[in-house]
Amino acid sequence: MTGKQEARWARPARNIWSGVLFGIGLMALIDEIIFHQLLQWHHFYDRSTPFIGIMSDGLLNAFALFALIAGLFLFADNHRRNLAHMRMWTGAFFTGLGGFQVFDGIVSHKVLQIHQVRYGVDNLLLYDLAWNLSGFILIAVGVVLFVQARNRMTPGEAG
Amino acid sequence: MDHMTHAEFLPFEITVAILACVALILYPAAMHIANKKHRKWPASRCIFWFLGIILAAAALSGPLARLSHTDFTAHMMGHLLLGMLAPLLLVFSRPMTLMVRTLKVSTARKMSGCLNKKYVRFVTHPLVAATLNIGGLYLIYMTDLFTLMHTELWLFALVHIHVFLAGYLFTISILYIDITTHRYSFIYRAIVLILALGFHKILSKLIYAQPPMGIQKTDGEIGALLMYYGGDIVDIGLIIVLCCQWYRSTAPKKQDEAWS
Repeated sequence: MTGKQEARWARPARNIWSGVLFGIGLMALIDEIIFHQLLQWHHFYDRSTPFIGIMSDGLLNAFALFALIAGLFLFADNHRRNLAHMRMWTGAFFTGLGGFQVFDGIVSHKVLQIHQVRYGVDNLLLYDLAWNLSGFILIAVGVVLFVQARNRMTPGEAG
Repeated sequence: MDHMTHAEFLPFEITVAILACVALILYPAAMHIANKKHRKWPASRCIFWFLGIILAAAALSGPLARLSHTDFTAHMMGHLLLGMLAPLLLVFSRPMTLMVRTLKVSTARKMSGCLNKKYVRFVTHPLVAATLNIGGLYLIYMTDLFTLMHTELWLFALVHIHVFLAGYLFTISILYIDITTHRYSFIYRAIVLILALGFHKILSKLIYAQPPMGIQKTDGEIGALLMYYGGDIVDIGLIIVLCCQWYRSTAPKKQDEAWS
């Protein structure tokens, strides 16, 4: 094994941090662009949002914006140190994407009632199911990729 | 209580315009003095200074400022320029570093002594600066202060000086570009920045839900949206610069790179 590959495996946490943060940030951006701006299904404020919902939404979105940018800088740092591993990073990235989706779908939409997936539809349950199911699928894809990446490690590489 | 007329704002507008002109002359003059003694001061920093001063002045004097007395969206535009964008641009021009370069050694020492005072340490603490900045905004929009400041010129001036200074203070407490005496870790500043951005977003939504007294519903909503997304744009700049500074500071040493 070359020193290059050993070093890459020594710090999986760096790939996880970078991938998960970027995934969270990107999903928040997709949510903002597609559902808030383009489709306009989500409302900025729907006049029934409780104060706690406004608070959690503001802090979550501020965190996601930071995560989007910080995740990329962490990736660049991993890359220049030769610690970046694409499959492991992609696994973490999908987990981040799905994680934000599910958190948004269950905590933001249902528990805190910040806003619904779509307004004026009879089958809101269907929208909620599709929303959260897609989130869980993304998490599953991420976990599979991550486990694959780990399994491909030979014992010597685990270091 | 009625709004003040444009004529009543005139002395304030003239004062701002004079101060801005002085600032626009002082910086190149200081550059000229500093260049005699030190390495050439980059002209790009002068451009940052000019942009920052002009944007801050435009928020307080001239057509946008006049419109902002009656139009809430224009008011919000002014606040974005005065409290967020202008401070960010001004920090990039490194006015403190330039000032130290123009001073005699003994005077510069006295100045650095001042910067080490407990008071300076306190107000440039990221959490304190963030509270002064964002907390001040909550006071303006969540109390009667917004209505009151449009009836008394001294209050209007005080609020806007605060918005500008607190915005500048917050920016230098997060980004260490200019002279910085008390430093905090990147993680700590990142958390404070996220909290400040979060509470800025929260306030935007609270204003959207209930604009200050005397503001039309639609005007309040557009102003709140501008505050939310405009704040995002400036904060993206802050986050990128902060991350960039982290990236540079953690660069692996030459010998680590040798085998890679």
